[in-house]
Amino acid sequence: MYETHYHRASSIQDAVKLRQAAGEGKYLSGGMTLIPTMKQRLAAPSDLVDVRQVPEMKGISVSGRTVRIGAATTHFDVASSSELAALCPAISGLASHIGDPHVRHMGTIGGSIANNDPAADYPSAMLALDATIITDRREIAAGDFFTGLFETALEDGELVTAVTFEAPAKAGYQKFANPASRYAMTGVFVVRRDNGDVRVAVTGAGSNGVFRHEGIEAALSAQWSPDALANVTVDPSDLLSDIHADATYRANLVKVMAKRAVAAARAD
Amino acid sequence: MAKITMTVNGRQVSGQCDDRTLLVHFIRENLGLTGTHVGCDTSQCGTCVVHMDGKSVKSCSTLAAQAAGSDITTIEGLAANGELHPVQAAFKANHGLQCGFCTPGMVMTAVDMIRRHGGQLDEATVRAELEGNICRCTGYHNIVKSILAAAAEMGGARVAAE
Repeated sequence: MYETHYHRASSIQDAVKLRQAAGEGKYLSGGMTLIPTMKQRLAAPSDLVDVRQVPEMKGISVSGRTVRIGAATTHFDVASSSELAALCPAISGLASHIGDPHVRHMGTIGGSIANNDPAADYPSAMLALDATIITDRREIAAGDFFTGLFETALEDGELVTAVTFEAPAKAGYQKFANPASRYAMTGVFVVRRDNGDVRVAVTGAGSNGVFRHEGIEAALSAQWSPDALANVTVDPSDLLSDIHADATYRANLVKVMAKRAVAAARAD
Repeated sequence: MAKITMTVNGRQVSGQCDDRTLLVHFIRENLGLTGTHVGCDTSQCGTCVVHMDGKSVKSCSTLAAQAAGSDITTIEGLAANGELHPVQAAFKANHGLQCGFCTPGMVMTAVDMIRRHGGQLDEATVRAELEGNICRCTGYHNIVKSILAAAAEMGGARVAAE
């Protein structure tokens, strides 16, 4: 790892100030991606601003069906929140299958979405839940936030502080994990609202990162059932191909994971 | 250079290290506690697992600076008054190790797992919970057996004490 300067922020304001004062600085949350990346010398920030212990960025609050999750809330805390399990078990289940127990004790929701790894789980949940990403300076709809592979709408020095969403009537998430890394080779998050609106977001498969699949959304709007997807086709031309799976294989996975996600949502 | 202070195995310790120093190197090199191992060094194998504020973490993927002010427990901190911790005793009784390299991480992971699940652990849960720990001797069978034995022992002890 190249040399770096560590700073611990005590508040959101403090974090932004420390980051502004830094040269090529980066925010550090759980560090479960950033530290390994720095160890491989693929990232070399001059300064790290640690936001893991900023009090106003931690914790889950629920008001009616509105959920707010602080950006520095760990996957473990999301997975073990009983309030969240009662309102939106799909997101609890998603969090409980990220990485391994040690990673879940450190890794945070804010870190995951700010990094926007194309195989990360949370971006699909944010997009399907039509979540709002709250930063130190504004609110960004999930649909505008995820802009490409490891790319987001965040400006230089902008800090994700929380996410909020309305808990839906039904939600489900299923992923086909890479047998070695356990990252999603394809993961699909499905959401159905009381008014019948359906949103479906796919991670791990798109060559430009997380995306919504309108064909699957239309089919599920007409009939909320795994069988509704029998005649849906998934175009492989915009999907990733790598040594683990080519685009046609992933296209099939999108459909299979969507069916399983609907089945899981119906069972909740 | 940073001056880092933390509590390790109940003792307050401090030391000088670079801001980029990993927690595992601080523990091994500054504190001389070499029971915590570096296996893969790429966040996958779990030999470096320690507890930070009561939760298992990978000390090879955490900066010492991040851990400043926290309460750390390493494998050296488990045994009390010369008596093995019940998880250590179960690994010994069930031959839960072959070469022993992964064992510190396995034991620390097992203690964390039993703390969260109590005596309710079953084999499938133990195997799923071992996702982040690799035994390159592939001695998983007896590791799982050891953890289940320790969970039963510790769960049983808790019931008896109540």
